[in-house]
Amino acid sequence: MAPVAAVKKKAAPARKVERKIRILIGKPGLDGHDRGAKIIARALRDAGFEIIYTGLHQTPEMIVSAALQEDVDGIGLSILSGAHNHLLPRIVELLKEKKMDDVVVFGGGIIPDDDIPRLKRKGVDRVFTPGTTLKEIVDYVRENVHPRA
Amino acid sequence: MTKAVVDSVRAGDLRAAARLMRDLDDGVPAAQRSLRQLYKHTGRSFILGITGAPGAGKSTLVDAIVGEFRAIGKTVGVVAIDPTSPYSGGAILGDRIRMQRHYLDDGVFIKSLATRGHLGGLSRSTIDVVNVMDAMGKDVVIIETVGVGQDEVEIVKVAHTNLVVVVPGLGDDIQAIKAGILEIADIFVVNKADREGADRTRRDLETMVSLNDYEEGEWVPPVMPTEAVSGKGVGELVEMIDSHREHVFIDDNLELFRREKATVELFEMLKTRLLEEAVGDLERHGLLDGLISDIAARRKDPYSIVEKLVNHSFAANLIG
Repeated sequence: MAPVAAVKKKAAPARKVERKIRILIGKPGLDGHDRGAKIIARALRDAGFEIIYTGLHQTPEMIVSAALQEDVDGIGLSILSGAHNHLLPRIVELLKEKKMDDVVVFGGGIIPDDDIPRLKRKGVDRVFTPGTTLKEIVDYVRENVHPRA
Repeated sequence: MTKAVVDSVRAGDLRAAARLMRDLDDGVPAAQRSLRQLYKHTGRSFILGITGAPGAGKSTLVDAIVGEFRAIGKTVGVVAIDPTSPYSGGAILGDRIRMQRHYLDDGVFIKSLATRGHLGGLSRSTIDVVNVMDAMGKDVVIIETVGVGQDEVEIVKVAHTNLVVVVPGLGDDIQAIKAGILEIADIFVVNKADREGADRTRRDLETMVSLNDYEEGEWVPPVMPTEAVSGKGVGELVEMIDSHREHVFIDDNLELFRREKATVELFEMLKTRLLEEAVGDLERHGLLDGLISDIAARRKDPYSIVEKLVNHSFAANLIG
């Protein structure tokens, strides 16, 4: 083995910081179809993220409470019921109230193109409509959701 | 900064607590410093461990038990652990799905953790997160293990009371509760007790328990049937948990438990830190890769290398 030059002893502990992106996937509102949400959850897991899946029929309050306890970096919401214009902005609003505005909110489902600009104005970062590939969603998360410094 | 975090957590700031737990899970050094301050405020919560095979109904049972504790005004923390995918490093943490009715209850705090490669049914950070919940003042902290069901002995030393959840019809009943798992149970729960074979599972467990020798005054693990979905049997289970709690909190037992827990905490932290320090040091000196090649090619042996590396007097730093 080659001799090693003297290396200065580092004072800082060698403990490894391992920041993992944590994302809550939720289904707010009344529709009972969570196939899409589960597929997204799985794709994001396969991309190396930690996904907290909260299940069906969530109120905005429940989603924000779970997001707070789990300290997530992003929230992905699947809505097929047509209530997106109410539910998505309400979640953004509650996050603001809890001073959690650094949490990125994105959504997907049956959402008319005409509604998207309004949702964005209300603070929804991105809306995915039918036909989006899983890769697009994974790439989006990778580029736009960052773990807290 | 550290003091501010400690004060916020103790004052009931949920966001500060959640962030501290996250930082501990991620291994942030500042969070470790906060925990040093918080540690003296821990040791007050009753800690309940729940383990058992995947699909046994652990999460649903946790949900029902939380309901019982809330009904008598106890505040509850839940640490739910799910496996990390060894291929992608990602995880789906879905235990919360079964606990939805507690989302809006301020008296319940649920944290999901991924194992991140740690074996033994817990995540590396589980003890840390339990300590934060303890310092938050939770009356009860429930730990739901990952549910591999064979080697989850780590939980024993962390929890005051350990439930092992078994369901009827999972093949050979004895197989489902091999040595390790059998010995950690303070209470056996036969969940999904409405299913065929539940009575047999119960009898098998009782027979196995009866084969052990118990000393006078020693706790003999009871077998409790439940149907977690409907809540049937859960009230009785919680009463039994309370009996076991009383048993543990008899002075002599409690002292023993505290020593065991302290031992595990110390050993676990030492294991992690010593490994990290040693590997980090070898990496910084550019030695790690060569050492591994040498061992792989049988030019060197790992026994001698480890012997040389740990040739220290560890206690010297604490004495004098």
